[in-house]
Amino acid sequence: MRRLETRWGILMALPAILGFLIFTIGPMAASAFFSLTDWTIGASPSFVGLDNYTAMARDELFWKSLTTTTYYTLGSVPLVLIVSFAVAMLLNEKVRGLAIWRTIFYLPTLVPAIANVVLWIWIFNPDFGLLNSLLRQGGLPGSQWIYAESTAVPSLIIMSTWGFGNTMVIFLAGLQGVPRHLYEAVSIDGGGPWRRFWHVTLPMMTPTIFYNLVVGVVGTFQVFNQAYVMTEGGPNHATLFYVYYLFRKAFTESEMGYASALAWTLFMIIMVVTFLMFRNARRWVYYEMAGAR
Amino acid sequence: MTAVAAPDRPRAKGVAPTQGLRKPRRYGRILLYAALLAGSIPTLLPFVWLVRSALMQDAQMFVSPPEWIPAPFQWSNFGEALTTQPFGRYFVNTLVIAVISVLGTVVTCAVAAFSFSRLRWRGRDVVFALLLSGVMLPYAVTLIPTFVMWQELGALDTIAPLTVPSWFAGAGGGVFNIFLLRQFFLTIPFELDEAAYIDGASPWRVFWTIVMPLSKPAIIVVTIFTFIGTWNDFLGPLLYLQSEENYTLSLGLASFQSMYLTQWGYLMAASAAVIAPIIALFFFLQRYFIEGVTLTGIKN
Repeated sequence: MRRLETRWGILMALPAILGFLIFTIGPMAASAFFSLTDWTIGASPSFVGLDNYTAMARDELFWKSLTTTTYYTLGSVPLVLIVSFAVAMLLNEKVRGLAIWRTIFYLPTLVPAIANVVLWIWIFNPDFGLLNSLLRQGGLPGSQWIYAESTAVPSLIIMSTWGFGNTMVIFLAGLQGVPRHLYEAVSIDGGGPWRRFWHVTLPMMTPTIFYNLVVGVVGTFQVFNQAYVMTEGGPNHATLFYVYYLFRKAFTESEMGYASALAWTLFMIIMVVTFLMFRNARRWVYYEMAGAR
Repeated sequence: MTAVAAPDRPRAKGVAPTQGLRKPRRYGRILLYAALLAGSIPTLLPFVWLVRSALMQDAQMFVSPPEWIPAPFQWSNFGEALTTQPFGRYFVNTLVIAVISVLGTVVTCAVAAFSFSRLRWRGRDVVFALLLSGVMLPYAVTLIPTFVMWQELGALDTIAPLTVPSWFAGAGGGVFNIFLLRQFFLTIPFELDEAAYIDGASPWRVFWTIVMPLSKPAIIVVTIFTFIGTWNDFLGPLLYLQSEENYTLSLGLASFQSMYLTQWGYLMAASAAVIAPIIALFFFLQRYFIEGVTLTGIKN
């Protein structure tokens, strides 16, 4: 039996193992190597050591794209977390027509990225878009939204909030796992809804909040579609997101070596940020079972 | 990561919300519905805007203050938008890619999850931990070498780069699916396997006749996630597909947007047509979806 299990075990894990080697480890190593070369497709790569990385330090657009992306992440992630948590709390109550409510709030997440972008181009249109029309009707001044340097990123942050569905579903799953007896305990002690939220829901949800925080940060660091289809990095590089800049370097300007260095730098940034979040998490993430990590 | 606690065994079939201990008082209820309603307005407004624009003549769209009811209903926008560009073809292309990807992902991820949860072999947990470590990897890191690889293989402008990775357990992001399925498989009593092995069943048989039929909610979640992911993918097709006849819906829509900047009615109609199928799919499967996500306990 033991040998049979080993044979089947390896056989059944094989596609995943091969996939990991071919589509993760292999490309990772290759891109580390490419990042040390000067290379345009068609020519053969020539080794230049760390030149790409030192060139990045002097590349204004690199710094611009990094600050823009950080700005977007700092704006979008907390907003999405708060909105999705609030909606998940509402949907965790016994409400009538639960399926319909859930579908409504999940709907925006289903919209294909490009249809989403096209729709929002139209919503942001300063002359006849939805937002300015509503503002004008309310007697408020309109905005240039994605068409002005100062409002472009905030506009995209607003847009990102619309797609909170996946985060919400995970919060919902987390809320369903909060043990009922804890609520009962608070109620017996005479605590109301606020105490229940503050002393039970929130602490019990910290692992879920942390998970969504990490996934959110890693995800927003890699935004691409909006910049590519909506703004082309403009106006005046205001929405030059990191991955869009990388894409342009690689596939428009064909600087594969430099683009690979950008990719590895992003990887290292994400690693450091994730590490810092994990270290900080010890202070506020609460795990029910000690030692279960 | 090796000692992931198994979530509680699913008890009841339907997942009932567990919070409402006492029935909140009446004003609480009213407040709750008011909040839901208030939240759903900004959520739905862009859709309403989309649909009304898709059914309007261009002239009516630019009226200020905006009108909400098309007069007349310009149904022809749909027909014309969908025939100016071969959206039917894009639809088929997208569907083919999505179906192949879903099949590949479900089959290879389920098999791997079975191996990582119910078969014991040396090095198993180390291999699993290694696979999981790939989850944090930004796709940008593998993007360029993977592109070069497909180019060297002469596979540009084919669906191979968009479908083959899914047959390797989804490659990259697919590890999440393995994790999710593994979590679920761990909740199925191991006595079932042991009994089957005593009867002389092979691990494959245990997988196929015992574990898989009991894992429908988890399989449905993976199916929906993968389907939506492929349906919505833009960067992949943008990189790998060149000739227009191979375009997916996303690519078609993006090129439509840059080509017919002025024909908003068409653009909105085309967008609506791209969105509609996925909403229909979700509408029919949402119950299993939420249930599955809950039962697989991805909160850990």
